[in-house]
Amino acid sequence: MIKIQQLSKKFKVENPKKLSEQDKKDPRLTGRFFHSVKDVSLQCDKGQVLGLLGPNGAGKTTTLRMLSTALTPDSGSILIDDVDVLKTPVLARKKIGFLSGSTGLYGRLTGRENIQYFGRLNGMSEAAISAKIDEIAEQLDMHSFLDRRSENFSTGMKQKTSIARAVVHSPEVVILDEPTTGLDIMSAKTVIDFIKDLKSKGTPVIFSTHHLDEVSELCDHITVIDYGLTSFDGDLAAFTALSPNNLHEAFMRTLHRSDV
Amino acid sequence: MWLIYKKEIIELLRDRKTLFFVVALPIVVFPLIFGGLIYFMAEVESDAQSKVLTYAVSGQEHAPDLMLKLKEIETFELKTLEGDLGDEQVAKTAIKDGKVDFVLQIPSNYGNDVLASGQITLNLVLNDAKVNKARSRLVEVTDIIEDANQRAAFDSLGVNETMQEALINPILVEKVNVADEREQAGSVLGGMIPYIMFLLCLQGAMLPAADIGAGEKERGTLETLLLSPVNRRSIVLAKFATIGTAGVLTAMITVFSIALWGLVALQFVPEGKGLTFLSEFMASIDWIDFVLIFLMLVPVVAIFASILLAMSIYARSFKEAQGYMSPLVIFSFIPVIIALVPGIELKGIWPWIPLTNVALAIKELVKGTMDYVQLVAIFGSTVLLAGLLLSFCVYWFNQEKVLFR
Repeated sequence: MIKIQQLSKKFKVENPKKLSEQDKKDPRLTGRFFHSVKDVSLQCDKGQVLGLLGPNGAGKTTTLRMLSTALTPDSGSILIDDVDVLKTPVLARKKIGFLSGSTGLYGRLTGRENIQYFGRLNGMSEAAISAKIDEIAEQLDMHSFLDRRSENFSTGMKQKTSIARAVVHSPEVVILDEPTTGLDIMSAKTVIDFIKDLKSKGTPVIFSTHHLDEVSELCDHITVIDYGLTSFDGDLAAFTALSPNNLHEAFMRTLHRSDV
Repeated sequence: MWLIYKKEIIELLRDRKTLFFVVALPIVVFPLIFGGLIYFMAEVESDAQSKVLTYAVSGQEHAPDLMLKLKEIETFELKTLEGDLGDEQVAKTAIKDGKVDFVLQIPSNYGNDVLASGQITLNLVLNDAKVNKARSRLVEVTDIIEDANQRAAFDSLGVNETMQEALINPILVEKVNVADEREQAGSVLGGMIPYIMFLLCLQGAMLPAADIGAGEKERGTLETLLLSPVNRRSIVLAKFATIGTAGVLTAMITVFSIALWGLVALQFVPEGKGLTFLSEFMASIDWIDFVLIFLMLVPVVAIFASILLAMSIYARSFKEAQGYMSPLVIFSFIPVIIALVPGIELKGIWPWIPLTNVALAIKELVKGTMDYVQLVAIFGSTVLLAGLLLSFCVYWFNQEKVLFR
């Protein structure tokens, strides 16, 4: 279970003159600080898939980076099961599997070595690592390329390896930041199947996306962030109820709420 | 930490570009370049000595004995040319047109009785931009005649030998040099060695550094590394150690290759060329001095590694990192150049100035005049600076604005 409450994060604006016109109009800019995330709360229970939606620059990535301990929030709390992520980040990292559309691999290492490396960093034993790699490789059909250098991998192979890397330590929570952005249809399908598999195993998944069809296919729960605020938080039924025949329309309506 | 270190090293070893700079450059390329240069220079030198030169003379009739001597020189070939060679313009044209290598103009007052003729000026018209040693070969002959004429003149004046010496050179300043050959050569070579070494260490550390910080950012692997349950100080230390290893490795390979090539040169150098001196010089440096040079390079590399790592973490991409790093090459020369300034020696404040002190110490070691007590100051100040820079790196690596730019 993941529980985020009233999370906020501001960034110092180094040079106000460099901001674009659009940035200057953003209500989150106050003085020399840009309040990227002002107040975000969400909850994801065991076996649930939570879809994080919002326009570009809404604060999705910042929220997920705080959740994954890469950034430290200014205020608010994050709990994974009973572990306070902010107080014990190193412990929390063992419970989190993180993958984003832009995460890469070490090109001069083989696929297997990439996965092994992260297994070792997570303090796993060699036997546990190789057993886990076998298991994932079987599941994602990776045996044909696992021992080649990853710099020559296709996008699909890379994504499979990245997935394997993200879950090698059997995390209790999986966080995906736009995992299908920039992928071809085949690779995107690999990611979606992988999320489905996690769901069937009862692992909670939080993922941000711009593809609403993925949302309706996978998500139990939907959170929409706009201008750093939670503008919608409810289950899929409540989301579709906003505009029963058109998900895009429903999404637009969640945004308008924050404007009123 | 060692886990990360091990992985970084494996990655480095699989990178051909880095390997070339760390291994191939100091072992093969540099000695080849230097060896080739020295060999080439020696060849040119001996060529200039033995090449047959053609020449023409004006006023031959004034100096039959000189002409006789000149004809005895095997590497000179006399040619007869049209026109009045006593005229400077004619002589110049003859040389420019390539008819002869030089023209000797003998004045009409030439004679063996110095007291009667006065000072004789022989004009040697030649193109001095060409290396051919014409003058030194000519002087060999005229010196003998000069000597004989001088003696004859003195004898006729009734001046004995002691008086002759005193007359020619009334006051003689004799230099008694306490510096042995090693010390003299060391002050020249010892200034160059740190220059090359610093450059190589920096070069060896630069590529891995760019790859390890900015490269990871660019490839999107840094974020995943930050999210693994390892604290950030260990990550910094591991990366620092990797860059340092690459730098030290380069330094070590360089020092060994200098020593090795020095020994090789000693075995194969033919006698009578400038190389014998160089190899004797190499052999005169103790093994312990080589070890000390190497040891001193370690903290220097640590300084470079921390600066490079800080730059690399800050940069958004590999390219940007290299942009930040290349000015460092120029800055690293400054302490070396300071060490080359005459009068700056390894005493007073200088042993406490990092980098410059190492450059000075390497020079002293090569010269063989090292004051070993100064090692304390050298290591102390250098290690201190390296430590400070490293802790800055750790601080730097914990800054969100640096990591997520």
